[in-house]
Amino acid sequence: PNIQQGRQRCIYGEVSPTEAGGGSDSPAPKPAASPPSVPRPKDDFQEELVIRPLHSGDIYTSFQFRTLWETDFTRENKVSHYRLFPKSLGQVISKFSVRELHISFTQGYWRTMQWGQPYLPSPPGAELWVWFQDSLTDVDGTWKELTNVLSGIFCASLNFIDSTNTVQPSASFKPLGIGNVTDHQIVCTENLTPWKKLLPCGSKAGLAVLLKSEKLFHSSFHSQAVHIRPVCKDDQCKTTSWELRQTLNVVFDLHNSGQGKNEWSLFKMFSRTLTEACPVASSSKIYIDITDNSQGEQFELSPATPLLSQAVVLGDRRTFSVYDLTQQITFGTMRSLNLLIRGKSSDMLRPLLHAERYVAGYGLQTGEIHTLMYNNHPYRSFPVLLLDSVPWYLRLYIHTLTVTSKGKDNKPSYIHYQPSKDRVRPHLLEMLVQLPPNSVTEVTLQFERALLKWTEYTPDPNHGFYVGSSVISSLVPSIVAMDTNNSRERPLFSSFFPSKEESSYFVRVYTEPLLVNLPTPDFSMPYNVICLTCTVVAVGYGSLYNLLTRSFQIEEPSPGLAKRIANIIRKMRGVPPL
Amino acid sequence: CVGINLRYRFHVSLLCKLVSCFGDRAGQFFSSGHTNNWAVLVCTSRFWFNYRHVANTLSVYRSVKRLGIPDSHIVLMLADDMACNHRNPKPATVFSHKNMELNVYGDDVEVDYRGYEVTVENFLRILTGRLPPSTPRSKRLLSDDRSNILIYLTGHGGNGFLKFQDSEEISNVELADAFEQMWQKRRYNELLFIIDTCQGASMYERFYSPNLMALASSQVGEDSLSHQPDLAIGVHLMDRYTFYLLEFLEDIHPASKTNMNDLFKVCPKSQCVSTPGHRTDLFLRDPGSVLITDFFGSVRKVELTMETINLTDPIDAESGELQKEMHTYADQLPVSEIIHQKPKQKDWHPPDGFILGLWTLILLVFFQTYGVKHLKHIF
Repeated sequence: PNIQQGRQRCIYGEVSPTEAGGGSDSPAPKPAASPPSVPRPKDDFQEELVIRPLHSGDIYTSFQFRTLWETDFTRENKVSHYRLFPKSLGQVISKFSVRELHISFTQGYWRTMQWGQPYLPSPPGAELWVWFQDSLTDVDGTWKELTNVLSGIFCASLNFIDSTNTVQPSASFKPLGIGNVTDHQIVCTENLTPWKKLLPCGSKAGLAVLLKSEKLFHSSFHSQAVHIRPVCKDDQCKTTSWELRQTLNVVFDLHNSGQGKNEWSLFKMFSRTLTEACPVASSSKIYIDITDNSQGEQFELSPATPLLSQAVVLGDRRTFSVYDLTQQITFGTMRSLNLLIRGKSSDMLRPLLHAERYVAGYGLQTGEIHTLMYNNHPYRSFPVLLLDSVPWYLRLYIHTLTVTSKGKDNKPSYIHYQPSKDRVRPHLLEMLVQLPPNSVTEVTLQFERALLKWTEYTPDPNHGFYVGSSVISSLVPSIVAMDTNNSRERPLFSSFFPSKEESSYFVRVYTEPLLVNLPTPDFSMPYNVICLTCTVVAVGYGSLYNLLTRSFQIEEPSPGLAKRIANIIRKMRGVPPL
Repeated sequence: CVGINLRYRFHVSLLCKLVSCFGDRAGQFFSSGHTNNWAVLVCTSRFWFNYRHVANTLSVYRSVKRLGIPDSHIVLMLADDMACNHRNPKPATVFSHKNMELNVYGDDVEVDYRGYEVTVENFLRILTGRLPPSTPRSKRLLSDDRSNILIYLTGHGGNGFLKFQDSEEISNVELADAFEQMWQKRRYNELLFIIDTCQGASMYERFYSPNLMALASSQVGEDSLSHQPDLAIGVHLMDRYTFYLLEFLEDIHPASKTNMNDLFKVCPKSQCVSTPGHRTDLFLRDPGSVLITDFFGSVRKVELTMETINLTDPIDAESGELQKEMHTYADQLPVSEIIHQKPKQKDWHPPDGFILGLWTLILLVFFQTYGVKHLKHIF
């Protein structure tokens, strides 16, 4: 079938569980010579929810939905039968020769110091990273088309992504690709609706039933993402299958959603309870992090569950209570599951790496960007890779770049800088810095603000212009040995970043986006200027012109009526008038 | 009418009744002349205090969706986001009445053009169909000559213009010309234009294409007023005309027979303070015979067939000769590789001595041509 650009509308939902179930369970025998056999379904869907009570009384919930499909999108005859994998994304992958795609929409900023590290980091706003296949020649054109198609699928303004805010980092993101680091976006229900419709069960069964927008957006942090990549099917890794992960991370605030009470339940968080697992899911589980609660002294969990699981995640061994939704017994006699968590979690470990960024200076001409990176490990130092993508209208002075740790100069071992071109591409700065133990590293950079052309200003220019978050990638030493066997069955939340060595794990931290004011002209000026100029011209020049060129003539007053008639008669007679 | 597998939600009862029992009803059914419905709903105002314009547009969106037009046939343009605005005390909701009973934002909303994308240029491009080739389908108005289109505009306006996002304007002449382009390219069968702004009647004064019907919330020289403020949210929730229009539409269901004459009576001067106006002289049919659902609802022509179709089995992918090379996960932060990476030289710069050498050459040629005797005056 011909692949249409973007789907008919912002959503896609052609495959329904009943259709799919009928197709694969009982195939009709083919009239050809091949023997009839039940084809092994080559796609698999798993869903899971992780709940982690945080130290401050807030609660962090993370949904992950993973669809694995063994197929080859780059084949000659295009894939036509989609079962669990959404067709809109499959067509995007094959049409644009995509090898990996990561798109996330986030509202709010992740507070690392209060909440710890997230399972999947994401910057505020929208972020899109794409890796293309080697066979693709026209990357720029394909990138533009791809952003337009994705903006149609997700109802987002991704079409503002063009060469002026796209970067090709040389080292930060592996494998190499092009990306757009955070565009300021407002995330709302219109982004959630198409995201939900990509799930095999939609929002009708399984964990997705809990995704109600009124509760989800009334939170401190909300992030939804789609990650598509090829993964190893088994240990030998000879064949790959495509993995689609849809993740949704929410942090509910103690005072906004929790009404100040340290008591959380599924109904309080999502205004829904669970009644069944998604019928096409091979596994559907809920994990509650009870690591600090082995004896039940910090918080209590009801209904109780005997299932326990341990996993190494984010460098730490954590214990989880597991609820398996595929077992009927989980739902009890009421046929519905409403988890209750009463009490607070204890002190959490200080996160080893976190970062801050702010703009210093005064006035509308110059400024300084300060990025602070904190290494909280008592005796180990580790390298971090800092990626900064600054729009062209902040002209950076790279000769003023300073990196200091503990008051002394810290020379980065690798710097890659690509200067910006006005209205063509942004600045790209990548640095590999070694952070000494228990220290703060400060990176400062001075810039000058540019004056834009008056058509380039947004309709609300006095709000300011956004500068995307910096990305800090690092291999942080881990307390516990990480699991390097990447194909073993593990809970989804611990298997996103593959580990190569046991002593450290990969972490990515995003800083705050910056809001800078550019010198903004007074947009009512053109009207004022036109009025003033026309007045001056009309009054000043007009008067002068009249004075110089007007000539005066003597005119007789008009005669009375009788005289006029007499003049007419005289004219007719040919006699001169009176 | 059983066994039809429908993808879009619409009400079958009206069509089945008419198709199965031929009579004078069939005559009316086929006289409307359209086969599909589209809607273009635009809110042109930005900033939190214009909450009511977004609520206006979302109410019409809600009614139109409820009466059957699917999201793929609605182009919804909202210039600012009120539901997830940080000033909204109830996120992900937009209310139309201060008793907060009707959340017009809902749970299943798809906004096609949001924020800075709502511009005069984009609006005119949607109407005339002149969009760049990479525009996704959800952002296009793919109407044909048998489409009935509903266009709803709201925002701040004046005598002969409508303001877009506080930075640009569309004039009534431009709008009339856009509709004429649509007529010449046969992009509509009939078009209903509703506008809820101050002096809204000025916007339809200049129309000259056939089959256009227009309604406005106020005459030239009058202001359209807002309905009621809500103290918790802090702004006015809706405009009067659209508030009474929504009330009127809530009584309409897909099989109702209410016609346009009832729509003209919505919001008389006693309720609206301004005088709503309408224009029907360009419309060929009598407004009394035009149903509300001709524009606000959706029509689907269904063909019943008794033939059976044999579906072929899905093509089973043969594994075939896949290359058996080992794949590995890429190292996320290969420090040694990065340090030893050679920086890529993108642009070619000439060597430094080149410019100096060039100028020396130029000077030497000059002195050679004009004589060496000038050289001693320099040195």
